[in-house]
Amino acid sequence: MIDLEKLTIIKARKALDSKEFSAVDLASVYLAEIKKKNGELNAYLEVFSDVLEQAKAADARIAKGESLPLLGIPLAIKDNILIKGKKASSASKMLENYVASYDATAIEKLKKQGAVFLGRTNMDEFALGGSTENSAYGVTKNPHDMRRVPGGTSGGSAACVASSMALAALGSDTGGSIRLPSAFCGVVGIKPTYGRVSRSGLMAAVSSFDVIGPIAKTVEDARVIYEVIKGQDLLDSTTISETTYPKTSFKKDLTIGVPWDLINGEGVNQNVKDNFSEVIKKLEKLGFKIKDIKLPNCLALYYIINFAEVSTNLARFDGVRYGLHKNGKNLFEDYMLSKGAGFGKETRRRVLLGAYVLSAGYYDAYYGKAQKAREALRKEFKDIYSEIDLILTPTCPIPAWKIGEKSDALSMYLADIFTVTANIVGIPAMSLPSGFSEIEGKKLPLGIQFMASHGGEDLLFEIGKKFDEIKDSP
Amino acid sequence: MDIKDVENLAELARIELTEAEKIELLSDMDSILGYVKQIEEMKIEDVESEYRVHNVWREDKIETRDFSKEIIAEQFPDKQDGFLKVKKIL
Repeated sequence: MIDLEKLTIIKARKALDSKEFSAVDLASVYLAEIKKKNGELNAYLEVFSDVLEQAKAADARIAKGESLPLLGIPLAIKDNILIKGKKASSASKMLENYVASYDATAIEKLKKQGAVFLGRTNMDEFALGGSTENSAYGVTKNPHDMRRVPGGTSGGSAACVASSMALAALGSDTGGSIRLPSAFCGVVGIKPTYGRVSRSGLMAAVSSFDVIGPIAKTVEDARVIYEVIKGQDLLDSTTISETTYPKTSFKKDLTIGVPWDLINGEGVNQNVKDNFSEVIKKLEKLGFKIKDIKLPNCLALYYIINFAEVSTNLARFDGVRYGLHKNGKNLFEDYMLSKGAGFGKETRRRVLLGAYVLSAGYYDAYYGKAQKAREALRKEFKDIYSEIDLILTPTCPIPAWKIGEKSDALSMYLADIFTVTANIVGIPAMSLPSGFSEIEGKKLPLGIQFMASHGGEDLLFEIGKKFDEIKDSP
Repeated sequence: MDIKDVENLAELARIELTEAEKIELLSDMDSILGYVKQIEEMKIEDVESEYRVHNVWREDKIETRDFSKEIIAEQFPDKQDGFLKVKKIL
């Protein structure tokens, strides 16, 4: 019997290589688990019909003596990442029947390794949201409390990993979409440096923020996937090389910056604050220096750029070449009807807001100003990182909320206060499970977030491993 | 903002809206724009971008890309002789 709850990629690799179990055995156990749990959780939108064939192909390679880190490892893939010949809907009615005609670069790299794709996971439509409630195919439930959201937008991916329906998963992060659900579901999520992982084959939400990254049970597992999917790509000219940014190294006496004014500000839950203070104490015990830093609230800046780029990127979904098509009297009516029927509520809202902040008369006050503020923030971060090595915050100011609790859009946007900054500046960030908050008899996971300077993923993996070793100590 | 602004933006974005949706969107947009408006108060000096925008070239040789013309053509809403068919534009 394979103990899925305790299984990691590292352990599975050893077991597969030593023929303790086969890739087909492993995939079958996951399929059975999915059958048992997905009906209620709604984390997968589709479980692929060829899972066992993929696993058989992996077994054939293992039998020949091949051993690659992800050969035969079952993964879940977010529904906005293209796998050739498979549906990819971005959880939208607009792309309900859309079939990908090529592989995303990250997928191509995983295929070369022989990873097994179990299925495509639920998300907020076009990666717009923070709870997976904006999916056109129903909300995903949090495995720790079925009445609550799993976070978003990669909520399906995080819920799959947390409920043993996949060993690990791919998500995408625009303003916290990997980190927030990872925190709410009690798993590890990494948003790499902007450009570290190719965006080719990832449906564009905010092109200057988007990045693909892993969601896994442990820091080491996340690292294994990260090492496979990263790299410069001809098909994405914004990808970076190994030498774009200077290498960071792990020192014992790292200085960690903490923006206390933001954390002690209004809107941060008391349990989150208490948990965070405990974490700080543990890190101090390990010998890390904690330094108070000032960080601005970047939500206004973030959302202006988000609306603008989303409205531009989503203009392509017009029902002409693919996707939902509604027939009107003329081409203009075709557009109106197709977009009207295909886009969900939050998507419409952001497209309209984007059209507004980009329109003549408002451009300078909103988008123009936001771009300048973004540049100023990048400079500010350069100064900050000359004095510290890492920044630490809670991942989210509140634990997972109840499904339907946040009915107005703005209140949900405020949950992104700690995560959006890394996307604006382009730095890597990681969410780690840091404990639980007991609410109404359920233990809800909490997360902390480390941010490193550009290209500093290795530092995140090192501190993550260290934190994992001490987090359960008193 | 008023309902006319919402209608105008919806037409620019080519999205058909019902009357009820327009009213709901108006109130949402008012509160969201009210929030992001705080960017107006930010004092920012004129900053030069440190990012030099540059072209990313590749060698001028043919790279084969693995994609399926069949899958693309299968998804055309309307087609004729293997071509995408669209409504008259002019």
